[in-house]
Amino acid sequence: MDPLEWRLDGNAAAGLLMEIFGREMTEDLTTCAACRAEHPIGRLLVYAYGMGTIIRCASCGSVQIRVTEIRGRVAIEMRGVGTLRARARAQQ
Amino acid sequence: MAVSTGFISRGFKGRRAAAGDASRLPPGQYLDRGFPVLSAGPTPRVALDMWDLQVDGRVAYKQRWTWEQFLALPREQPRVDIHCVTKWSKLDTTWEGISLDTILERAAPIGEYLIAHCDGDYTTNLSLEDVTDGKAWIVFGYEGEPLAPEHGGPARLLVSHLYFWKSAKWVRRLEVVDEDEPGFWESAGYHMRGDPWKEERYSGD
Amino acid sequence: MERGAVLGRLSWQPAEVVEVVAETARVRSLAFRVPTWPGHRPGQHVDIRLTAEDGYQTQRSYSIASAPEDSRVAISVEKIEDGEVSPYLVDEVQVGDRLEIRGPIGGYFTWTAADGGPLLLVGGGSGIVPLMAMLRHRALSAVTVPVCLLYSSRTYDDIIYRAELDRIARADESSRIVHTLTRSQPGGWTGYRRRVDREMLAEVAPPAQDNPLAFICGPTRLVEGAAEILTGLGYAAPRIKTERFGPTGG
Repeated sequence: MDPLEWRLDGNAAAGLLMEIFGREMTEDLTTCAACRAEHPIGRLLVYAYGMGTIIRCASCGSVQIRVTEIRGRVAIEMRGVGTLRARARAQQ
Repeated sequence: MAVSTGFISRGFKGRRAAAGDASRLPPGQYLDRGFPVLSAGPTPRVALDMWDLQVDGRVAYKQRWTWEQFLALPREQPRVDIHCVTKWSKLDTTWEGISLDTILERAAPIGEYLIAHCDGDYTTNLSLEDVTDGKAWIVFGYEGEPLAPEHGGPARLLVSHLYFWKSAKWVRRLEVVDEDEPGFWESAGYHMRGDPWKEERYSGD
Repeated sequence: MERGAVLGRLSWQPAEVVEVVAETARVRSLAFRVPTWPGHRPGQHVDIRLTAEDGYQTQRSYSIASAPEDSRVAISVEKIEDGEVSPYLVDEVQVGDRLEIRGPIGGYFTWTAADGGPLLLVGGGSGIVPLMAMLRHRALSAVTVPVCLLYSSRTYDDIIYRAELDRIARADESSRIVHTLTRSQPGGWTGYRRRVDREMLAEVAPPAQDNPLAFICGPTRLVEGAAEILTGLGYAAPRIKTERFGPTGG
């Protein structure tokens, strides 16, 4: 098994994030608290095999977001996010 | 266990194996013949000539071992059952490593808790009571082979009487502290101690 | 479509299997009738939840294979030998069975005809599924957006939707379907016979100055490699969208 293959991206966390925020989050932009790089959540690196879903910066690998599902409630911890910018409002 | 809508998927059984050695399995656990790799991030890689293990914080004597120095410490071959909070258990696993008693006695701890710091930015918290008197090791061998990186090699903690997330992979530093501080999973909703026999999976259990 | 009630998308809806299609030896498509379905955008996925008799539940995500114009919601599942869910979906599930479905989910990796092009789609293995939803929607839309699909499969028999892709290539002058077979090739094969690399993409991809939109989906290694190559070929980073499938293929 190639450990690289276990790395997913923000699309894999879309359902969980929708449960917390009540809307699509993958087009929102986060700024990494560690390295200040900004990426759409859909681009961040997701590790989702185990005790929770870990979302890491696509530039430096630091943990931005931790999501767990405990007793039927989805919980989110976001100290690794400096700023979150919602996607632009205007639709084409 | 709540079933939300009473919706049963015809013929679906799931993967769980029957609980063979029921008396050795804590509540809610299933036997697994394999050894699942659960990952919160990429597998850290460290060259053995760059590896070290440190013990610091609230201790009388800070410690540091290089890989060679660490391997020269007195070894043990613990044979233990392991229980993961995601419900799989593995019985009679064999390891090789150094007892935490050996590691800590040289440091002469003053505090009563420790934080294990690991490559990959992972931490977990433990009480000294849970890692002394033959209850814990830092291991570098599994089933007679060097511990593979995806399973925590070169060296990981082994604290088998607690849920396996406490057996932190890629351990590099034990920081002794006065207060019990939540680590990576503990601060995300998991239990501070994690005793599988009391089913202490989540905070509040 | 996108304005469907969010609460609807977050809750589990009953879905009835109305059609089962064997795509390849390991891949099967399931089409569902979902009475409460709010519609979707090509590229989105669904969560499927299964419940055993003792109440044990597990769920998996699958990209939607069908176009939004289709009245049914279809997924395509690749069977993983040791998998917990995929063998059930590929070998057990029959027409008439009911599952729980949630969605549609995903905003980043989506394309509709209004987003324009030209389009470059790069898929590996079961990564073709969300790209197929895009292709099917494109075929049904009035707008002509040039599209090139580069699809990597292990063997000829592993090509999912092979006949339909052939039809698209023949019927539509503004579409180009390019296969590469990485493990073995049938006799007389004149196509690519290696993993996607810089030379292949340079030959196949629309030039950067056309400002293409690229969607890459498949195993992590293919996705990250192709994204890096396209960046090197001058594609604008915000116009390269990626979706990584795990080793299960999604």
